[in-house]
Amino acid sequence: MDGIPSKSGTILQVEDLKKYFPIRRGFFQKITGWVRAVEDLSFTIGKRKTLGLVGESGCGKTTVARLILKLLEADEGKILFNGLDITKLDEKEMKPLRKEIQIIFQDPYGSLNPRMTVGQSIAEGLKIAGFDNRSETQQRLEKLLKMVGMSPAGIDRFPHEFSGGQRQRIGIARALSVEPALIICDEPISALDVSIQAQIINLLKDLQDQLNLSYLFISHDLNVVGYLCDMVAVMYKGHIMEYSPADALFDNPVHPYTHLLLSAIPDTERSYTSDMNAIGDEPANTLNPPVGCSFRERCPISEDRCKQSDIDFKKVGDDHLVRCWKVAKDGSYQFFS
Amino acid sequence: MKISDNEILLSVQDLKVYFKSEDEIARAVDGISFDVRRKETVCIVGESGCGKTVAALSIMGLVPIPPGEIAGGRILFRGMNLLDFDDTEIQKIRGNQIAMIFQEPLTSLNPVFTIGNQIGEAINIHENIPDKEVIKRSQQLLKDVGIDSPAERLSDYPHQLSGGQRQRVMIAMALACDPDLVIADEPTTALDVTVQAQILRLMNAIQKRRSMSVLYITHDLGVVSKVADRVCVMYAGILAEQGSRTNIFTGPKHPYTQALLASLPSREKRGQRLYSIPGTVPHPAYKPRGCPFHPRCPHAIQTCREQYPGMCDYGDGHQARCPVLFDGNGANWSE
Repeated sequence: MDGIPSKSGTILQVEDLKKYFPIRRGFFQKITGWVRAVEDLSFTIGKRKTLGLVGESGCGKTTVARLILKLLEADEGKILFNGLDITKLDEKEMKPLRKEIQIIFQDPYGSLNPRMTVGQSIAEGLKIAGFDNRSETQQRLEKLLKMVGMSPAGIDRFPHEFSGGQRQRIGIARALSVEPALIICDEPISALDVSIQAQIINLLKDLQDQLNLSYLFISHDLNVVGYLCDMVAVMYKGHIMEYSPADALFDNPVHPYTHLLLSAIPDTERSYTSDMNAIGDEPANTLNPPVGCSFRERCPISEDRCKQSDIDFKKVGDDHLVRCWKVAKDGSYQFFS
Repeated sequence: MKISDNEILLSVQDLKVYFKSEDEIARAVDGISFDVRRKETVCIVGESGCGKTVAALSIMGLVPIPPGEIAGGRILFRGMNLLDFDDTEIQKIRGNQIAMIFQEPLTSLNPVFTIGNQIGEAINIHENIPDKEVIKRSQQLLKDVGIDSPAERLSDYPHQLSGGQRQRVMIAMALACDPDLVIADEPTTALDVTVQAQILRLMNAIQKRRSMSVLYITHDLGVVSKVADRVCVMYAGILAEQGSRTNIFTGPKHPYTQALLASLPSREKRGQRLYSIPGTVPHPAYKPRGCPFHPRCPHAIQTCREQYPGMCDYGDGHQARCPVLFDGNGANWSE
């Protein structure tokens, strides 16, 4: 897709990514339909930058994460990591790249093996990456734990001995162990207590500065995204609806769906006022999306032309792209008077 | 305002709920007092393990005894002490005059009964009315909570509904007997932000229409700032601070409240380092002596380690339980 610039400082570039899941029914598991989890998705992540991916549950955020990690194969499209298209690589070719892209999971309780000590959990990734010098491993583990703000004495303890915040630190240490360049953070703080969230957010920021990391930050919490991210992609039913620098998105949201999300933020300091009153309760499933704009059915300002298919991004500002029929080709728009 | 509008509906006084096991006592709720007035929305906000849910359950008489034990205090509802009631007496109040909405709509609804069965059950327990009336009332309730074509939905099973609709059904069940007080325990935590906004708006509209009082239990200060008239901030079983919404959000006194607000990320704080509260929430069985917040408090002094904090009163119902404030040594600190 044109419109999304590729710059030299880019670490990850995703182009026209597509993933459908088959729905199988009956004795012969005949395919009766498709879930369109991700469709025509394009974005870039700059080096040392953070891209926020926001949207409601079921919009395809986690599928995007799994596609980038190659835990799932993309149906179509390209994922360029440092210029190399990883969708074309086979398992063997992918292996050296695996340590470059790591993930931090949402649930710090479910994502650590309860039968492995913290040291074993972190060292496992190192071993797989071909790092097997025992005394050096030990040193490295201690350094990693210190880096995430924990005492090296924790190496021989088990996950259940730690609190949620500490476990999330262990998860971060594990991701860092193989010295990745890009970390996918899948809702990394939503399972944590309020007083612990700030600790983890500060830690992620510090590590980014120290280690020149890039983040893909998946979240439904727009307050955190507004605080942490440089760029934001707003996803709805597998499509990116608005793609913008964080400041522009919050100051000057364009897409009706972005308006809806922003107006729903429970914020202690300010409230967004807009005329948004979405129709219907929540996104209908991705099973049978309407033809045309996928947000059409909930959009308060939809028109007949929204039923036409293939809406392309339209540029409304610097790096600010919107997928909506009501934005004119030259980027002018008028939704809410 | 009429005098009856200002009437205290629920008054919790020095409530203590402990959980005993063989070798330890967990003081889940350790002496909290607050009032809920008619038509008022009160929020109890706190982190996991601070005792907010136990406080709510004890109002409903749902704390399992043993291992739980009401170690002291009173819960006055319309002047009657609910803690003196036996099971049959509390049954008449529970669901009828005080109703509860739970966090997880999927696990709180029975998967093998239809929506109609479950709403009907709530009505049948408290009122002896013919089936036809029950169905009619159920339909009206579903309509009230904004569910389309209620007649057909009554024969649906919970799995056929979306998360937001299930929470609407939960609200309908709570409203079935026209309660005076609804206790909502994290009613929107499992929902998407957009759906959360709709549910909160719905609750607000119903509350106005029916002149109910609502007691929200939540960890989300954002939600609190949107719905609360009064806020109670709990930490490790004690009520650290309570006051009106304005008191809490624009003039917080307790170091914990101040720290919580300072640690919330927002776009305005971009580029600044977030304040982070060091350490973790103490386990209810191993709370530190003195003020339970002192190991994490930036203003802690020797008194805080030794002395259970006194309540400092700022008037207008704004109170903070902090030894330093109580002694008047640090009342002017800022963030």
